[in-house]
Amino acid sequence: MAATEASPTQRIVTSRDELNQIASRYRKKSKHSFGSVTRKMLFWLLIAIIVIYSLFPFYWAIVSSLTPDSLLYKTPVKFWPQAFTWDHYSQVLRDGGFLRALLNSTIVSTVTVLLALFFGTVGAYALGRLHFRGRTIILYLILSMTMFPAVAIIGSLFIFVRQLHLYNTLIALIITYLSFSLPFTVWVLTNFFKAMPDELEQAAMVDGATPLRALWQILLPMAVPGLVTTGLLAFIAAWSEFLYALTFTIPGGNNTTVQVAIANFSGRTQFEQPFALKMAAAVVVTIPLLVGVLLVQRRIVSGLTAGAIKG
Amino acid sequence: MALQPEAQPLVTSQAAVSATKSKGRWAGPDSAIGRQQERLGWMLVVPSVLIVLLVAVYPLIRTFYLSFTNERLGSVRPTRWVGWDNYTRLFDDSLFRHSMINTIEFTVISVAIETVLGMVVALVIHSEFKGRGMVRTAILVPWAVPTVVSALLWQWMFNDFFGVINSILIRLHLMSASHPKSWTADPSTALGAVVAVDVWKTIPFMALLLLAGLQVIPSDVYEAARVDGASKWYQFWTITLPLVRPALLVALIFRTLDAFRIFDLIYVMMKYSPATMSIAVYTQQQIGNQRIGFGSAPAVIIFLCVGFLAFIYTRLIKVEEV
Repeated sequence: MAATEASPTQRIVTSRDELNQIASRYRKKSKHSFGSVTRKMLFWLLIAIIVIYSLFPFYWAIVSSLTPDSLLYKTPVKFWPQAFTWDHYSQVLRDGGFLRALLNSTIVSTVTVLLALFFGTVGAYALGRLHFRGRTIILYLILSMTMFPAVAIIGSLFIFVRQLHLYNTLIALIITYLSFSLPFTVWVLTNFFKAMPDELEQAAMVDGATPLRALWQILLPMAVPGLVTTGLLAFIAAWSEFLYALTFTIPGGNNTTVQVAIANFSGRTQFEQPFALKMAAAVVVTIPLLVGVLLVQRRIVSGLTAGAIKG
Repeated sequence: MALQPEAQPLVTSQAAVSATKSKGRWAGPDSAIGRQQERLGWMLVVPSVLIVLLVAVYPLIRTFYLSFTNERLGSVRPTRWVGWDNYTRLFDDSLFRHSMINTIEFTVISVAIETVLGMVVALVIHSEFKGRGMVRTAILVPWAVPTVVSALLWQWMFNDFFGVINSILIRLHLMSASHPKSWTADPSTALGAVVAVDVWKTIPFMALLLLAGLQVIPSDVYEAARVDGASKWYQFWTITLPLVRPALLVALIFRTLDAFRIFDLIYVMMKYSPATMSIAVYTQQQIGNQRIGFGSAPAVIIFLCVGFLAFIYTRLIKVEEV
């Protein structure tokens, strides 16, 4: 007990500080005073508000997508689902254009991430663990490329894409997406390799392994968690990309991505606003990202943490 | 948006500095091992450097050049150098001036709100309570939702007749059921609606960065303050805020850089509406209309503004380090 431990019969209180400490221990004991109960309730209210605020829009999308049209356009709005239908999902998933866009996005994002991870790992290994002239300049080049705005180069990329006859192709998107995903993966993985202990590949090299062999056999297996997280973040960026996809492909066409497709999602007639269908499509597009983020969330949070503390 | 803002926090300029510091196991450029490393290093890094030069650096330089020409795709007229013409025409265009004001307004308001609310969320998650991990997971959801999807979700919530927001306001008697407000169609509230969506989507990023900053503050500092009888409010201003400053600065700059080039949200919610047009939307509209030369001028302006902000950022960080 705090009280007995600090009892003056056992120890002599020497300083004002210590006295204050004892006083605060006693103060803490009065846990159930009116003020502290209200404070606790306000705190939990704040938590509830934060959680509801964060989750409600997506919850609402799910509810709306499962609500039959007859109830969807009824006022006042009901916050709980009144009836339930899979109609909108089956309609969206039978929509050839949407499925095509889903496939396109999968191809573009996957290929972009694989290329960025491959070149990124090799480059980051050199930048993080080898010494060569010009390394500093390259690092600064890469860093500045992670920050610069995509819209700034959209005009010259448009010409570039046109001149190579790649307009409205998936290849155009993969190439242009590398302009943001490659600097990102190189930068993050460089810091990742940098943080690994030196002794790792030194031991291997003493045993006669070449640096490349050391990368392949020792560093790479250890880097798998970092590669997965980096890859996921790059995938989210590519999957969510909108500006380049909108500009370098034909929005209503067969070669566009799912973000452009859902942004232009419209009803069969010009005046019909198919909100439930839009919500169903939105949920389908978001679920893969949510699953990925929830699976590696600990690492995303610690990744954010690592970056921020250094800053 | 090229790089997801969320993807950036791993990137810090101090890390750049430390990454360039020699670890002291380099045998020097003239030793056999040094020469071997030099060759291998270049061999491994060259593919990435070439790709970055080709798809980012060269296009950037070319954008500067194009902004001084009348380049137009699909035009038979030959491309020629027009000097500062595009820029004078740009600043003569009231729509562009309006888009600059919109962009600055959006950036200042959204970043200010996000910082304050992000700090509140960070402080809440930083305190210990049951279910803290679950709350942290919950706030990650808006972060994972793609920007286009967020725009669609909120567009539906903002719908004047069937939207949930108006329905709540009507139920609270803050709005009459016969005159529901159309938040996105009314020019006076449209930018506010865009800000609301951006705030929702970006609070997690702010909160997690600030949380990281909070977690490095040693708890005995607070202990000492409590002993001295400092109130929580006083502790926040005298201890928390000064000590969380580096993290706050990083978060602020990344958000500002990102808000300044906003495109997705505004385009999906408002298309090319003048009420909310940002510089990036203006640029994309020109480029989409094949007016590459003229469209490159606002692109250059975005780049210079963002570059200037980034420069200030790296300066500030250096000051922090000393």
